[in-house]
Amino acid sequence: MLSISKRSLALLFAFSIVVLPSLAAAGEWQLNMTEGVTEVSREVYSLHMTIFWWCVGIGAVVFGVMFYSMFAHRKSRGAEAAQFHHSTKLEIVWTVIPFAILIAMAFPATSTLIKIYDTADADVDILITGYQWKWKYEYLGEDVSFFANLSDSSREEIYTKDAKSENYLLEVDQVLLIPTKKKVRFLVTANDVIHSWWVPDLAVKRDAIPGYINEAWTYVEEPGLFRGQCAELCGKDHGFMPIVVKAVEQGEYDAWMAEKRAAAAAVAEAAKQTLTFDQLYAEGESVYETYCAACHQAGGEGIPGMFPAIKDSTIATGDIKLHLDRVINGGQGMPPFGEQLTPVQSAAVITFQRNAFGNNMGESVQPIDVVNFKQGQ
Amino acid sequence: MAHGPAKGLSRWFYTTNHKDIGSMYLWFSFAMFFLGGIFALVIRAELFQPGLQIVEPGFFNQMTTMHGLVMVFGAVMPAFVGLANWMIPMMVGAPDMALPRMNNWSFWILPFAFAMLASTLFMEGGAPNFGWTFYAPLSTTYAPASVTFFIFAVHIMGASSIMGSINIIATILNMRAPGMTLMKMPLFVWTWLITAYLLIAVMPVLAGVVTMMLMDIHFGTSFFDAAGGGDPVLFQHVFWFFGHPEVYIMILPAFGVVSAIIPTFARKPLFGYSSMVYATASIAFLSFIVWAHHMFTVGMPLLGEVAFMYATMLIAVPTGVKVFNWVTTMWRGSMTFETPMLFSIAFVVLFTIGGFSGLMLAMAPADFQYHDTYFVVAHFHYVLVPGAIFSITAAVYYWLPKWTGHMYDETMGKVQFWTAFIGLNITFFPMHFSGLAGMPRRIPDYNPLWADWNMISSVGAFMFGAAQLLLLYNVVKTIRGGKKATAEVWEGSHGLEWTVASPAPYHTFTTPPEVK
Repeated sequence: MLSISKRSLALLFAFSIVVLPSLAAAGEWQLNMTEGVTEVSREVYSLHMTIFWWCVGIGAVVFGVMFYSMFAHRKSRGAEAAQFHHSTKLEIVWTVIPFAILIAMAFPATSTLIKIYDTADADVDILITGYQWKWKYEYLGEDVSFFANLSDSSREEIYTKDAKSENYLLEVDQVLLIPTKKKVRFLVTANDVIHSWWVPDLAVKRDAIPGYINEAWTYVEEPGLFRGQCAELCGKDHGFMPIVVKAVEQGEYDAWMAEKRAAAAAVAEAAKQTLTFDQLYAEGESVYETYCAACHQAGGEGIPGMFPAIKDSTIATGDIKLHLDRVINGGQGMPPFGEQLTPVQSAAVITFQRNAFGNNMGESVQPIDVVNFKQGQ
Repeated sequence: MAHGPAKGLSRWFYTTNHKDIGSMYLWFSFAMFFLGGIFALVIRAELFQPGLQIVEPGFFNQMTTMHGLVMVFGAVMPAFVGLANWMIPMMVGAPDMALPRMNNWSFWILPFAFAMLASTLFMEGGAPNFGWTFYAPLSTTYAPASVTFFIFAVHIMGASSIMGSINIIATILNMRAPGMTLMKMPLFVWTWLITAYLLIAVMPVLAGVVTMMLMDIHFGTSFFDAAGGGDPVLFQHVFWFFGHPEVYIMILPAFGVVSAIIPTFARKPLFGYSSMVYATASIAFLSFIVWAHHMFTVGMPLLGEVAFMYATMLIAVPTGVKVFNWVTTMWRGSMTFETPMLFSIAFVVLFTIGGFSGLMLAMAPADFQYHDTYFVVAHFHYVLVPGAIFSITAAVYYWLPKWTGHMYDETMGKVQFWTAFIGLNITFFPMHFSGLAGMPRRIPDYNPLWADWNMISSVGAFMFGAAQLLLLYNVVKTIRGGKKATAEVWEGSHGLEWTVASPAPYHTFTTPPEVK
């Protein structure tokens, strides 16, 4: 038996010296939780380390006794079995000691928890809505809102054979900006299934649940960029809806906010213009890639039984009102896109879908049609 | 008027013999273990490196879901029921289970349930893809059509478990040999008695929650649909009210197995028998009041978080008592390290490590960082694989000579142990690190930050898979031949099952033994 275990250990050792260093060249070996950048995240980290060291200590004692016994009390060394089998005193001792340790741990855990739950008196309120598979951010009282999707650069890397870039799958098309030295409250909800908004550096993880608005908060001291991901299985592209939060000083935040408001005004203005078919088709193609292709597939063929095809579909080749309705209001498992897409984008993608993949309907939809449809509801 | 088994296939279809039914349960579970293992290897192969190479995200989700469902309901639970069938009548000195015909029925509906579940893989829209915890509304409004078959399969599995549990309780309470008082029962019998009560308490809750899903999907109700006035969080409360006792259903019989094996190979009585019984009962009770620790991030009120956190921390106390008792049983024994003992010792060490990470997860504020990451995956695989799977493997080696009349090949047993032990740790230990470093669970593709740990995990997974082929080889080889086993089999064995010949005759204890 000993020879076999020695051989196995030798194999393990060989594995660790030959294979591991070569792997190390490829990436990093982060072992532990991040300390994060907020007071709360540092408290969570220290709680994590305290309970970890308690476990290590208890393990050392218990396994130490056990391994000593396995060495000393073996038949091959001539050990005679004692026949004792009961001691009330011992049972009480090893009930009371763990209990005392738990009570000692309960104090810091409870006080951190109380802090996490104190969401009152926020300076900035951001409504976060989870969608399959993107996040919507809405600055309450500011008239600014936008969606954050997985960046195109990450999406393009998924199927390539090259080494992935540093922020692969953790890059978004629009980052969430928050001001430093301000209490920021996150109001978290979802539009379809349950998601979970998680940024490790802020130690914030809140489930986004349809019909609920959960609260969380953070207070970041220094500017920085913090990455996270959806943490609750939410369907096919659960692994592809990252979160990027950027903390900036108040001045930069205000300037960005003004820019966003101007952009919103520009979108409203753009909805009034008339576009050519080619402009609509080209814009529609890129909107399709970002918003539609994940389910309906790049060639419009869909996935049988899960996501219907656009090619030859009754909606894309039927009544244009029904097509508008489906894109804007969703239905049959498809989420509504009326809020995610600007009128220009909606008009463009409908035009694209009615003419691409051999649908060749020869029609186009103008942004004003979308605005009128929405108002007519 | 004992008579032998019937000839041919009808023996297996019509049998009411607890040993036949026990064997069928064990083989069925072994087959499901391989099926669930193949699903796991697909997952690990895809996660070998970042990027999508082998499967698409939609299919990946089907694999994680089916792996969990098949392992929990197809591999672990039937294996313990198989052990109960074989051993409980022999341990309490009964001729058979109390309800033999129902015993046949509770086994034979299982293959149909799992054939139906597996067939969903070939349906349009694919198999269930919402995780083994099937959170609504992903599993209702947004589910593939096959979810209905999944619901029916779960109903059948639940019926099977409930019937099996009734049978076990009836056997233990009514058919013990004269003189075998409750506090003289082997600990395996005790842990199964408590497990059976847990099953009867929570399987109807599972049946209830899947029925509510069925109503939401087909009959227009809105139990879990916020748009219709329903509540997605209600699903999680009901599910985990089943789900947390369920994880103890998968571990309490393991405690019983290990409590039989360690005294045998330490040649010393189990230390603290009565405290072991009380600890098991306490764990079972606590399992009903901790469910929401799976839901620390759903936004419960502060008071709810605190209550569930404290209750969860309490579980460490009776679990600690068990571990201390096992270690003290070994203390000043006269130990040998045959394969069942090796698996049992590995159980104690690795299950305790899983318990430690469980204690860490109980800290609600820290859980905000751990929840739904690979740290959780590492935690529950540490309690389930070296917990449930290792104890089942230990039980197979321990009782195989009694079942077959042959000794297994000790060298091959040890080779299998070390392959499994090393493979397991290479697979699951790095998951602690990738989880703490921020890798969410149930994702098919990931940032290169976690690439190294994932590559190691994948290598270990294939090694662990190979170890199970060795187990199959060892079992088949032992059935076909080997050194003749004595009635006692082990030098230090104690209990009624070791008083009958090896292999155990088709009918045992037709007249009850006298227990002093």
